[in-house]
Amino acid sequence: MKLLAKDESLCIGCGECEAVCSKTYFKEISPEKSCIRVGDQKIQVCTQCGECIDVCSVAAISRDKNGVVRINKKLCVGCFMCVGFCPELAMKMHGDLLEPFKCIACGQCAKICPTHAIHISEEA
Amino acid sequence: MEKLEHKFLKEYNYELGAVDKGYTNRTLYINVGTHEIKEKPVTSLMKDKFIGGKGFGLYYLWQAVTESTKWDDPENEIIISSGPIGGITQYPGSGKSLVVTLSPLTNMPIDSNAGGYFGPFLKFAGFDALELQGKAEKDVLIFIDGTKGTITIEEMPGGGVDTHILGEQLTEKYADNEEDKRNIAVISTGTAAEHTNIGLLNFTFYDVRRKGIRLKQAGRGGIGTVFRDKHIKALVIKCAGVKGDLNHPVDKLTLNKTGIKLHKEMHDLDNSQNQMRKIGTANIISIMDQYDLLPTHNYKFGAHKDTFKISPEVFISKVTQNSPDGCWHGCSMACAKAADHFELKTGPYKGQKVTIDGPEYENAAGLGSNCGIFDPDVILELNFYCDTYGIDTISYATLTAFVMECYENGILNKERTGGLELNFGNIEANFELIHQMAKGEGFGKIAGLGIRKMKEIFAKEYGADPQFLFDIGMEQKGLEFSEYLPKESLAQQGGYGLTNKGPQHDEAWLIFMDMVNNQIPTFEDKAEALHYYPMFRTWFGLNGLCKLPWNDIAPADNKLTDEPAKIPEHVQNYVDIFNAVTGKTIDKFELIRQSERVYNFQRIFNIRMGFGKRIHDKLPYRAMGPVTVEEYQSREERYDQQLKELLGYDTTGKTTEEKIKVLREYREDQYEKLTDAVYKRRGWTMDGVPTVEKLRELGMDLPELLEVVEKHR
Repeated sequence: MKLLAKDESLCIGCGECEAVCSKTYFKEISPEKSCIRVGDQKIQVCTQCGECIDVCSVAAISRDKNGVVRINKKLCVGCFMCVGFCPELAMKMHGDLLEPFKCIACGQCAKICPTHAIHISEEA
Repeated sequence: MEKLEHKFLKEYNYELGAVDKGYTNRTLYINVGTHEIKEKPVTSLMKDKFIGGKGFGLYYLWQAVTESTKWDDPENEIIISSGPIGGITQYPGSGKSLVVTLSPLTNMPIDSNAGGYFGPFLKFAGFDALELQGKAEKDVLIFIDGTKGTITIEEMPGGGVDTHILGEQLTEKYADNEEDKRNIAVISTGTAAEHTNIGLLNFTFYDVRRKGIRLKQAGRGGIGTVFRDKHIKALVIKCAGVKGDLNHPVDKLTLNKTGIKLHKEMHDLDNSQNQMRKIGTANIISIMDQYDLLPTHNYKFGAHKDTFKISPEVFISKVTQNSPDGCWHGCSMACAKAADHFELKTGPYKGQKVTIDGPEYENAAGLGSNCGIFDPDVILELNFYCDTYGIDTISYATLTAFVMECYENGILNKERTGGLELNFGNIEANFELIHQMAKGEGFGKIAGLGIRKMKEIFAKEYGADPQFLFDIGMEQKGLEFSEYLPKESLAQQGGYGLTNKGPQHDEAWLIFMDMVNNQIPTFEDKAEALHYYPMFRTWFGLNGLCKLPWNDIAPADNKLTDEPAKIPEHVQNYVDIFNAVTGKTIDKFELIRQSERVYNFQRIFNIRMGFGKRIHDKLPYRAMGPVTVEEYQSREERYDQQLKELLGYDTTGKTTEEKIKVLREYREDQYEKLTDAVYKRRGWTMDGVPTVEKLRELGMDLPELLEVVEKHR
C-alpha cells in the first residue's frame, strides 16, 4: 500500500511541504489548501486507513489499485462527513472548494522535505 | 417486471431558474383534475411570516379551502415544501419534506414530514413548494424533470400501487441508467391508503450502496388517503448534480464548519450517548420499559416482562448489516436502518425477500408491546406491510391496540370482527387485519377508519359505553397517539394534548425532563416548556430540517451549560446555518418568534375549521391515569402513595373503584390547571384562542386571522 510515511521527530515545521502541496493541486501557496499540515513536531496527513470510505453515503470515496484512498469529485455531494469522521483529522475542507481534499501520496512533499521527515512508503 | 403503460395528458415547460439564498422564489401549482399547471411567485410576506416548509403549506392550504371544505373535496390540497435550509448537504438532518393537507382523521390541517430526496430535489428543480389540487378521473402520475424543465401529467391506469414495487419500477423507468438512479425520487403510497383513513406517503431515495430504493414516510394524519382520493398514483422527480452550494447560501464556509463540527460530535460521542448510528431511534425501547413508559396493551401499562425479546440488541442483530444510513446527504446521525433479505411469511408478497426500513422506536413499541407482540420478526413484517400498503404504523398500531382491548372487553367478538380473534398478542389476527385493510374488506375496513370513527360505530351498533370508549380510545382531535405512555408526566400530557395537530411527539416530548429528571416541577415551568419546545420544534418544519440531530446528540460540555435540555450550542448552530443560507440576521429569540407566527396561524386555521379550542384539547383518561381496576391494581403502591402524599387521602378500607375516582378527579384537575398556564404563556384566551394582542405583537394581525379570532373571542 502506497502512503506518505512520516517521522515526526525529524520535522522542523518549515512548511515547505505545505507550500508545494497547495501549489501542485491548487496553483497557489496556501497552507489551508495543503493536504499535509505541519507544526509543533506534528505531521498531520492521511494514513490511507480508509475509514472515510464507509462513511461516504454516495460511494464517492474508494481505494485505488495502489491502495491510495481517493475522492471522486463528480460523485461527491460536499457533505464533509468524511472530514468530521477522519481519525487523523487529515481530510480537509476549504471554503473555496465544494469537495473535501486529501493526500494521495504523490510524493511531491517528500521530494522537497529538507530533513527527510516524510517519505513515500510502498510496503504491502 | 410488468410494463408500465402511460398516456400523456399534459406537458408543461418551464425555465429552470436558480436558487437564491435558500429560495427559488417560485412555487408550482398542479390541478390533477383540470390539468392546469402554473407557477406562482413567492412573496416577501410568505418568506417573512411563513418562512417555508409547513409554513408555506399552511399558507397555501388556507387559501385553497373554506371553513366547510372536507378532506375529500377536490379543493383540498396536498402541499409539499422543503424550506430555506432544506437541501444543504453539510448539516445533518437537512433534507426533510413537509407535507400539509386537510386530514381525513382530524378534518383540519395536518402536517407531516419525511426524509428521502423529493423536497430538496423539488427546490433544485426550481420550486419552493408544490401544490396539488383537484381530483383526477383515472390514476395519474406526475413527472417533474428538473434536468430539462418539463412537467408531465400522465395517465397510469392498472398495475400495482404498493410502494416497494412501484417505487422501484418508477426509479428504473425514469433513470437513464444505473448511475442516474440516485437522481430520481418518488412519492407514492399503497393499496391500504385507498381503503382506510390512515394512509401515508412514502418518499424514496436510491441507496447507491444497497443498489435499491429506500422508503421514508410522511406518516401521520392520513395524507396518503387524500393522495389516493385524488387518484394520484405517484410523483416522480429528477434532479442531477447535487452539491453543497445549490441553495446559493450567502456563507458556505459557515455551513461547512458548522456541519463538520456536528459530524465530529457524532463521530466522537454517539457511541457513548444514543447510538443513533448503530440502532437509530429503537435505542430507547429498553429504557422506556425500565421507566414504565413503554405503551403496553393499549397504554394500560408501561412495561412488560417480555420486552427483552424486542430490545435494541435484538434489532441490532436484525438490521444495519451495512453501514449507517442517512435519508439525505450529510446526515452523519444516520438513524435510517434496514433489514435486508427479509423473507415475508404472510400476505400477497409471501416468500419474497425484501428490504425493510426500520424499525423505528415507534414501530417497535406500537406494533410490538402496545399490541402485546414481542416477536421482532413479526414487528418487522408488520412494519414492512404498513409501509408498502401505505398506512401509518403509529395509527395502525394504536388503533389495533384499541381494537384488542375492545375485543377482550367483549365490545367486539368473533362475530363482529368476522372471525378475527383480536386478543392482545394474536399475531395471526393482526396480519389478517392489515391484509384486510389492503383489500378494503372485512373488519379491516372498519378498523381503518381510525379510533374516533370506531368509537362512534361501537357505541351505536354494539351498545358499548361511550364514556368507556372515550377513556380507552387513544386518540385526540381524531389522531391516534404516538407511542409514549404519558400517565405519570403531566407535562407530556400537555405535550400530547395541547397541540395543533393531535397527539404526536413532533411538537413536544417532555417525559424525561418532567418525570425522570424533574426539571420542570411547577405549572409555570411546565407551561414555559410547553411554550418553548413546541415553538422550537415547529421551526424545524419551517426549514426542511429533522429534529433528531438537535438533541439526540449533545456536545461533550452540554451538561455545564445553563439550560442543558435546550442544547444551547445546537440552537446556535441552527441560528448560524439559517443566517448563512438566507443572509438574514436572526438570533435564538427571533427563531422562536418565527415559529410562533406559524404556530398561531395553524391554531387559528383549526378554529376556522371548527376545532382548535379548549374542548378539543381534552384527553382520553387513559393518557392521564388508570381507567380500570386492573390498571390501578397493577401500580397500586404508586397510586396509593400519591393519594396519601398529594391529597392526604386515607386509602385504608377504600375500594379500588373509590380510589380510581379520587385520583381521576385530582389528575383531571391538574390537566385543567396546566391548560390554563399554557394558554396564558402562549398568549391565548382561556378558551384556547390566540388574542389580538398576541397576533399584533407577532406581526400576524392579518385581516383573515383577525376575522376568525374576533368571531371566537
